[in-house]
Amino acid sequence: MNCSETTSKYYRVNRLPHIWCAGCGHGTLTNTVVRAIDKLKLNKDEVVIVSGIGCSSRAPGYLDFNTLHTTHGRALAFATGIKLANPKLHVIVIMGDGDSSAIGGNHLIHAARRNIDITTIVFNNNIYGMTGGQFSPTTPYGDLATTAAYGNIDKPFDLCSLAQGAGATYVGRATAYHAVLMQKLIEKGIQNKGFSFIEGLSICPTYYGRKNKKGNAFKMHSFLKENCIDKKLVDKDPDKGRNKILIGEFYNNPQPEYIESYQVIIDMFQG
Amino acid sequence: MTKENQAIMGEDMDDEKVLLLNVPWCKGCGICVGFCPTRVLKLKEGKCVIANREKCIFCGQCELRCPDNAICIGGKK
Repeated sequence: MNCSETTSKYYRVNRLPHIWCAGCGHGTLTNTVVRAIDKLKLNKDEVVIVSGIGCSSRAPGYLDFNTLHTTHGRALAFATGIKLANPKLHVIVIMGDGDSSAIGGNHLIHAARRNIDITTIVFNNNIYGMTGGQFSPTTPYGDLATTAAYGNIDKPFDLCSLAQGAGATYVGRATAYHAVLMQKLIEKGIQNKGFSFIEGLSICPTYYGRKNKKGNAFKMHSFLKENCIDKKLVDKDPDKGRNKILIGEFYNNPQPEYIESYQVIIDMFQG
Repeated sequence: MTKENQAIMGEDMDDEKVLLLNVPWCKGCGICVGFCPTRVLKLKEGKCVIANREKCIFCGQCELRCPDNAICIGGKK
């Protein structure tokens, strides 16, 4: 097979090429997940990747780990069950923006509140791509979608602030362009004992891009390159952050983890 | 590696580093072409082609961002 070692080791290559559109950022982000797992040298049999429904949720189907493709928005509920049943497993959840913050919004905040040891990675492409380009909770104000022909009048969620406010103990954001940073954040997210939330800004050249005249995939990548700035730089000079999208590690504050707290109760009765 | 793949690459695997292209997986999005700093890659008939192999500096920008795992740096490690 004419592909890299990581691809042949961690992908179900007989399922490739994947169904994502040409230039879709999800392929790049999936690769960052794979590279992070490879870097941490995790045992493939101890990794579970769970997803819901949507473009992003196709990812586990192409990955050669224990994978579970669940119902819309419920990936975190299934993941909670997996983690409670076998706490040794590294549970990684891949969700989309609609999947995590609209249909599965409640699951997200409560999983974060419990601080259960799950790494949640959101591929945020600002649109419902699979169903034809309807606006999602992260579509920017004023942008066009098939269900917002005159501009979206809803304000978008800041997913990282939402997760942090709900109680996630590790929060970060990177993009498909900033693939190296994305990989580092995922590595730290997996290592964090608690609920980790990593938002990956993706690109959707087919629906979001075409509708909003954002240009081709390369131009959309260039937009991410030019309009994102690392939080560390903004902390030093707040002026630099004006009208920019913040990326980097936002929050890292380990707290008592849910499974461990639960085990303390079990031990209390087992002596 | 099959002879067919070798023909696609136009290169043998004896080199220390080699740019590999898996044409059937390429969807011709042009991300690798755009980010290649030495203009090794081109789009031809909706697919990526290695137009100037000798200019490749193996920076890995194409492999890093290719959404389709269609291009990578291989060879002897």
